[in-house]
Amino acid sequence: MIALEKRPQPSQVWSVATPVIAVLATMVFGGILFAVLGKNPVEAIRTIFWEPLFGEHSFYYRPQLLVKGAPLVLIAIGLSLGFRAGIWNIGAEGQYIMGAIVGAGVGLAFYPMEAWFIFPLMVIAGALGGWVWAMIPAVLKVRFGTNEILVSLMLVYVAEQLLASMSLGLLKNPEGYGFPGSRNLQQYPSAHNADLIEGSGMHWGVVAAMIAVIFAYVLLNRHMRGFHIRLAGEAPRAARFAGVSPPRLILFCMGLSGALAGLAGLFEVSGPSGQISIDFNVGYGFTAIIVAFLGRLHPFGILLAGLLMALTYIGGDIAQSQMGLPAAAIQVFQGMLLFFLLAFDLLTNYRIRIGKAGVA
Amino acid sequence: MTVPLLSIDGLTKAYPGVVANDHVSLEIQEGEVHALLGENGAGKSTLVKMIYGLVKPDSGQMRLRGRPFAPPEPRAARADGIAMVFQHFSLFDALNVAENIALGMEDPPPMRDLASRIRAVSETYGLPLDPFRTVGDLSAGERQRVEIIRCLLQDPKLLIMDEPTSVLTPQEVRILFETLRKLRDEGTSILYISHKLEEIRALCDHATILRLGKNVGECVPSETTAAEMAEMMVGSALQAPERGRRAFGEIALDVTGLSVASPSAFGTPLRNVHLAVRKGEVLGIGGVAGNGQDELLAVLSGELPAEPDAIRLNGVAVGHLGPTERRRLGLLAAPEERLGHAAAPDMSLTENALLTGSVRENLERNGFIRWDAARAFAQRIIEAFDVRTPGPDNAARSLSGGNLQKFVIGREVLQNPEVLVVNQPTWGVDASAAAAIRQAILDLAAGGAAVVCISQDLDELMEISDTFAALNEGRLSAPRPVEGLTVEEIGLLMGGAHGMEVAHV
Repeated sequence: MIALEKRPQPSQVWSVATPVIAVLATMVFGGILFAVLGKNPVEAIRTIFWEPLFGEHSFYYRPQLLVKGAPLVLIAIGLSLGFRAGIWNIGAEGQYIMGAIVGAGVGLAFYPMEAWFIFPLMVIAGALGGWVWAMIPAVLKVRFGTNEILVSLMLVYVAEQLLASMSLGLLKNPEGYGFPGSRNLQQYPSAHNADLIEGSGMHWGVVAAMIAVIFAYVLLNRHMRGFHIRLAGEAPRAARFAGVSPPRLILFCMGLSGALAGLAGLFEVSGPSGQISIDFNVGYGFTAIIVAFLGRLHPFGILLAGLLMALTYIGGDIAQSQMGLPAAAIQVFQGMLLFFLLAFDLLTNYRIRIGKAGVA
Repeated sequence: MTVPLLSIDGLTKAYPGVVANDHVSLEIQEGEVHALLGENGAGKSTLVKMIYGLVKPDSGQMRLRGRPFAPPEPRAARADGIAMVFQHFSLFDALNVAENIALGMEDPPPMRDLASRIRAVSETYGLPLDPFRTVGDLSAGERQRVEIIRCLLQDPKLLIMDEPTSVLTPQEVRILFETLRKLRDEGTSILYISHKLEEIRALCDHATILRLGKNVGECVPSETTAAEMAEMMVGSALQAPERGRRAFGEIALDVTGLSVASPSAFGTPLRNVHLAVRKGEVLGIGGVAGNGQDELLAVLSGELPAEPDAIRLNGVAVGHLGPTERRRLGLLAAPEERLGHAAAPDMSLTENALLTGSVRENLERNGFIRWDAARAFAQRIIEAFDVRTPGPDNAARSLSGGNLQKFVIGREVLQNPEVLVVNQPTWGVDASAAAAIRQAILDLAAGGAAVVCISQDLDELMEISDTFAALNEGRLSAPRPVEGLTVEEIGLLMGGAHGMEVAHV
């Protein structure tokens, strides 16, 4: 008989070991999957994990790691604070879009003026855009008790429609020969979020993600507000007893996660993407939810998870083009990673007993 | 001697780290009220769960009327004529009495037939109950009647009652005993679980005493003194808390005309509550569970907001302030539910010390936590209150109920409160921890603090309080000095018999 037994205390060893074991298990079972598809499993795993970092073309892929990882980390950090408190903002994708639209809109309003203050203004506007979009579900929840999961999710689709409308209407490039999409901010120096070191992939969004990681770590471990966030998530009644006001906590967590998602959108639109277009958003807001949990809602864990997720994206792309692996197989592979992580996560709080429980 | 109804021989059940029952044996005769006596954690609940088929024993055997008996599940136990009234009711608030009873039946009859059977049984045993009332509107005593009637409809041979009087007023207890005696006279055996000695002496024919999972004695309660039984139960003579003489000072906590709605749908709103506690005084608030105790604690701790003037602390209006501001002014509280309300289960004791201690113990500076100071505070609580734990880094849920309760009470006491409000301070706590907690409360009052102690344990209230008031349906009776108060009077303050009547014998 196999039985699960709750540990008196969460195991420190397992909480560190499970992500590593999960990655290894994903490699083994992913390898089996690729073998069944008729590909060399060792070659496939190597292509996904090794090629982007140390392969022949790694000079091109390494900056991509930062470019793809930064928005994931930035958004996931914001989400993780809410998740810790039991506040479920699922609409980061919408807040990401709104941050990009508002930030880019402010930048384009100044076109073609060149001035030092334009980019900082865009950053503030981007954060505000995401913040406002997140405040809609937050205020509705506080005032009327609506479900923030549904409202924030629905607002993603509203934001997507708005994005389409903007790229076809208000923000459309007047010199774009009728094609949808805004002016390219990469060609507008005052609004361009360029690499800080040429060719490194290190743009302002990467800096912001690093700051967010450190900020979240200090908040959660050193500050009363962070303590109250954790308390509200673990024992809501105890949190109220400790003096935490649930409405204020909801507004804080939703607002912060919205602002960070908005920032991620702004850095993306003014940097790697360059313009507002119909297909501007690629799902960072949703993937960030996975990243947040993959990093066990811990700031440094999220940093590593964001980079790992970016790695499987880039490596998956390479495997698709070089080895002809189907895109679905790559997605299954990424799904396996989350699955194994959550499955092994059980061992932090439970231990497995095999055989009949004896008399103590 | 005839074959006993139920004989238990060498029953053993171990859980990880603890042997709940260690070779326990007892015999229940036909038509007797058999007491199972023991402290919290002595293994009474585990034993009856095995009889009722909820838990499987590791070894040992049971015989029902001489035949081997090993119910794999409660349904099998019920089929063999065993019924159980749990301490915590399993009723649906939103359904009516008859619907609740039908839910527990294998093959419920049409609602109208069932209602008339409920009426018939309730008439016979003096348990008046309207089958069509919604359970959410019933008092705790009435809910218990629903559970009892549910059992009686099965015509049981053995009725197990787990601490049935903890939710009753003294008058209701007397009526319940009449019902149980009538059942016994009709041939039903009753296994009566309690740690209240006087009740057992009044009701039971035979008693088996458990301590730390083992049989430690048997007796005929009517021929044994309460002190002798207590010594068997606890293992040593207990030291009663010392009250000391103290003078009362000025009024520290003044509550006038306090009315608040309950935050939960089937909670009890507080209606025009008045109370005043002086420095050095312990006000005991009795009452049957669910009459507004949780709401009173929440409104005094600051979790539920009230009118500013309704609550005054040393003359300052605090009704509108939250828990943190009230703590700053010296009004502290310890709620009933240890895990999840007073403490966060998965957090360390250090973090739990920070939970209420941040303001008064200077555990934060500009919003930043001083972890060293928080850890030192947790360590101080552990040492001062003899909390058994490896250290302050252990999770709250790893502590036993008694130790965690000592930690929770100690956390508030060590903050030197002006006023301390506690709800059920010794609920589910072993006798030595309970004595230590009561002593700490008395010492705090002796030091000049005002204490409000909400409890359903009347013995406890008589032991530590100077004045007594009772909560009944959200109303608080006028406080009276404890000296000279009789059990009869207390019962009437608690709402009397809530419309019960003695069994029609």
